[in-house]
Amino acid sequence: MTIRVAVTVNGREYARDVEPRLLLIHFLRDELGLTGSHWGCDTSNCGSCVVWLDQRPVKACTVLAAMADGRSVRTVEDLERDGQLDPVQQGFIECHGLQCGFCTPGMMMTARWLLDRDPDPAEAEIREVLSGQVCRCTGYENIVRSVRWAAEHAEGTPK
Amino acid sequence: MQVPSYVEYERATSVEHALTLLGRPDHRVLAGGHSLIPMMKLRLAQPGVLVDINGLAELAYIKEDGGQLRIGALARHADLLDSQLAGQHFPIFHDAERVVADPIVRLWGTIGGSLCQADPSEDLSAVFAAVRATAVIRSQDGDRQVPVREFHRGPYETVVGPGELLAEIRVPVPAPAHGGTGSAYEKVARRVGDWSVAAAAAMLQLDHGTVEQAGIGLTAVGAEHFVAAQAEDFLRGQPATEENFRAAAKVAAEHCHPVADQRGPEDYKRHLVAELTTRALRRARERATARATA
Repeated sequence: MTIRVAVTVNGREYARDVEPRLLLIHFLRDELGLTGSHWGCDTSNCGSCVVWLDQRPVKACTVLAAMADGRSVRTVEDLERDGQLDPVQQGFIECHGLQCGFCTPGMMMTARWLLDRDPDPAEAEIREVLSGQVCRCTGYENIVRSVRWAAEHAEGTPK
Repeated sequence: MQVPSYVEYERATSVEHALTLLGRPDHRVLAGGHSLIPMMKLRLAQPGVLVDINGLAELAYIKEDGGQLRIGALARHADLLDSQLAGQHFPIFHDAERVVADPIVRLWGTIGGSLCQADPSEDLSAVFAAVRATAVIRSQDGDRQVPVREFHRGPYETVVGPGELLAEIRVPVPAPAHGGTGSAYEKVARRVGDWSVAAAAAMLQLDHGTVEQAGIGLTAVGAEHFVAAQAEDFLRGQPATEENFRAAAKVAAEHCHPVADQRGPEDYKRHLVAELTTRALRRARERATARATA
């Protein structure tokens, strides 16, 4: 059995015939070639696969592509707009928010969601919202700083 | 690479449609999927057909109606955590939801899904048992109501049968005139977001410093129906004192059945039950007192 999955990803419409068991992360990476979202632990523990599904972050290894049918998805590829990095991306550059970079796409998608809800989050709030995501380089301090940098530079350029 | 085994997929367009599909052999509800999909990857669950109910907005609500707090089965953990209404009547829900998995998982995992998963380490079963909630199970023949204390048949097994769907959880809201009702949840986990090593849920209804009704739920320690019934019996009618809380907590620790595993040995878990039950009762009393004087 295959089913038709039609989904808007980063503002563009895609449709593919896939097996119902296909996970959203593999749909994005293998079917659509959007490899910015990383496939990590496969057990919804690490969070490197976080994307937005209908405006809310989700661990894409733990939803079926079928569940995204008719919905919208936003991935890390959509953070940069018109050649302008999202302040979150700039923050990760400014504050050395990544080392190996594997967890970074998921961290940034959650951070963007947080900042859209609360433009000035306290450090504790940043730590809480990222608590389901793992950085094996253990660069958490710099990740928190990066998100704070983004909060303080909402236009993406140093003030 | 972990991939579920072959499965077919149907999307329910209404509750009636879902019930029709669920009456067919080997059909299983897919809600948030945050327990079911990992189980399918591990081949611990191999349903033939998934019935996706995520589109059924009519099952996603938290409201007060007829003296009951009514939680739609498809309400997400984050909805319960964000609900002022729920937190105002039952601070225990916010205590528990703060420590269920992590914030991203809480956006998708559902209240009904947690109960139906019936994982012995799952937090909400003990919480709903403590507050004496009722599960509303829907079928084409109508609704039937089952106390949460009778909802679980055992690990990963509930009374929800073929052709049935958990639709709602109802909790009687303490009448304002009653005053002096409080609740709390205390959990110890190895790290943030992990399952409980042990946890205790407490609900107290006080009358001039005496325990009129007590609800005590236990997570992950093999308590029958997640309830510490003997400890509740012990407390009922007693003064709500630290001494009695400790004594009741000791009864709870003696009557549960924890097993040694990677989260700790049996005696440590019993120690936690005694300590966490005491703390939960203490906080429930503090909140009850604050409510009564508020």
